[in-house]
Amino acid sequence: MNEFWHDAGCAFHPVSAPDYLPVAQLRQLQLHRLKAVTQRAYDHVTLFRERMDERGVKPDDVQSLKDIALLPFTVKVDLRDTYPFGLFASPMNEIVRLHASSGTTGKPIVVAYTREDLRVWASVMVRTFAACGLDRGDIVQNAYGYGLFTGGLGAHYGAEALGATVIPISGGNTDRQIMIMKDFGTTALCATPSYFLRILERAPEMGIDLRELPLKAGIFGAEPWTDEMRKRIEPEANIKAYDIYGLSEIIGPGVGSECCEQNCLHIFEDHFYPEIIDPETLEPLPDGSEGELVLTTLSKQAMPMIRYRTRDITALQTEACPCGRSIRRIRRISRRSDDMFIIRGVNVYPSQIEEALLAVEGTAPHYQIVLTNDGVMDDVEVQVEVTPEAFSDTVGAMETLRRKLSASIERIINIRVNLRLVEPNTIQRSEGKAKRVLDLRKK
Amino acid sequence: MKIHQLSMFLENKPGRLSEPCRILADAGINILTLALADTQQFGILRLIVRDWQQAKEVLEKSGAVVNITEVVATEVEDRPGGLAIILETIEAAKLNIEYMYAFTFRSGDRAVLVFRFDNPDAAIEVLQAAGISVVDGVELFDRARQ
Ligand SMILES: [Zn+2]
Repeated sequence: MNEFWHDAGCAFHPVSAPDYLPVAQLRQLQLHRLKAVTQRAYDHVTLFRERMDERGVKPDDVQSLKDIALLPFTVKVDLRDTYPFGLFASPMNEIVRLHASSGTTGKPIVVAYTREDLRVWASVMVRTFAACGLDRGDIVQNAYGYGLFTGGLGAHYGAEALGATVIPISGGNTDRQIMIMKDFGTTALCATPSYFLRILERAPEMGIDLRELPLKAGIFGAEPWTDEMRKRIEPEANIKAYDIYGLSEIIGPGVGSECCEQNCLHIFEDHFYPEIIDPETLEPLPDGSEGELVLTTLSKQAMPMIRYRTRDITALQTEACPCGRSIRRIRRISRRSDDMFIIRGVNVYPSQIEEALLAVEGTAPHYQIVLTNDGVMDDVEVQVEVTPEAFSDTVGAMETLRRKLSASIERIINIRVNLRLVEPNTIQRSEGKAKRVLDLRKK
Repeated sequence: MKIHQLSMFLENKPGRLSEPCRILADAGINILTLALADTQQFGILRLIVRDWQQAKEVLEKSGAVVNITEVVATEVEDRPGGLAIILETIEAAKLNIEYMYAFTFRSGDRAVLVFRFDNPDAAIEVLQAAGISVVDGVELFDRARQ
């Protein structure tokens, strides 16, 4: 048998086998691992044991996957409260790697990996790349930041384990990224979608047409982005743009990925057990309903996360994916509770604004949302850069564009916004996660 | 007979108007005339220069959005009634004017009117048939040097 098989024209790697496990077998494996990880966390993590004891729940009470609902949730604050090492379930002499988040306020959150954790991490990243159609022979330019952030090293070891050729370029220095992309014949780029927009914008200025390069896939993650954005990106670079999902608290990138269908993200649920809960009542919701994604790391050793509340809003898909994978899918995450802002009592997500703007022809994907308060009322200003395609020499046409954009936003969020057209390149470009919302309201 | 006009998007903020003028001056490009159409939020700067291709290039290099439109320039005696005759001709022919502006040469006693029509070719025909002088680019820039 060939070492590499191909499945519906999409690269398939032997390590991807768990993606196709018969469901009954998958559930059995999950239950076995859930029992073990619950026991491990109970034995080694004080916070978890105290919460279990408070509820009068013992690890042995987990007899079926449904019993996961008996277990207490973990939230981000728990990681801060136990900073730096309070949630570790392995002694330091078994921990081989630490990563930390770039917390915007106060202490970062710290995550740990044993050698086995790193092996699992690489394997789920191999499955991610395979699902995105990559294989040995591909040249992967990894523009995720290397360092404490999990994105860089996570993608790096995964791509290496796949057998691809990795360019560990890290983020930033856009001109060099584009030069190397062209000179080395990069076939896949790992980056945040907002950084790819910067590359898309810069390449023509350097006289390079990305559509003529061997680049065929973008592996985009670390921030929510929309289908409308994909529709803009793909033809401009002649690539397939894949959405991948992950978070440091769980493992980093590699929690889930789109497949060749580019419709929802498969969760590598043999390692990360997904639940959807109502974020208000915390009750589990049936498959198909929208709610907050909760993940349990079924095989993590150094830092097991039991029922971690991701703050990401999505739904578990029930139908089987045409790609043949049996692992379940989540709808792509366009909304993250953390990004939500409240304006005049209404919850708004930046992705809703992005969707509204991109629905109008000829507008740039560069925008920023500025929130202000004059002491009485909140105000939203949406700044959108004018593009050559959208620019007209008549005031009437520009006013029409402005009205169209603000009407499109109003239709979606039901709030009137002040839409300001701004000159090109005035909105700050990001080399990592884009900062879409500038909140100038006094707290 | 049409003249290439540069249009540029500007945010309405202090000092914004001088920057493109400075960029063109540094590139040795003379501005024959400029007109600004503005709203509370933004403005559209319209420029007529001889080397419009080079001007477009340097402005775009500075990060501006620039487009080129073809406009029609007519010459009119700088005295009462001069403008009325032209406007009457245009109205009678039901030509739609998107916008217009005027300027005079330093030495001249005649003003130049710049029109942006939906259909500049049809407009030129109508104006010429009515005996109104339509100035082409070469003539315009030659006059400017006198
Ligand atoms: Zn699939």
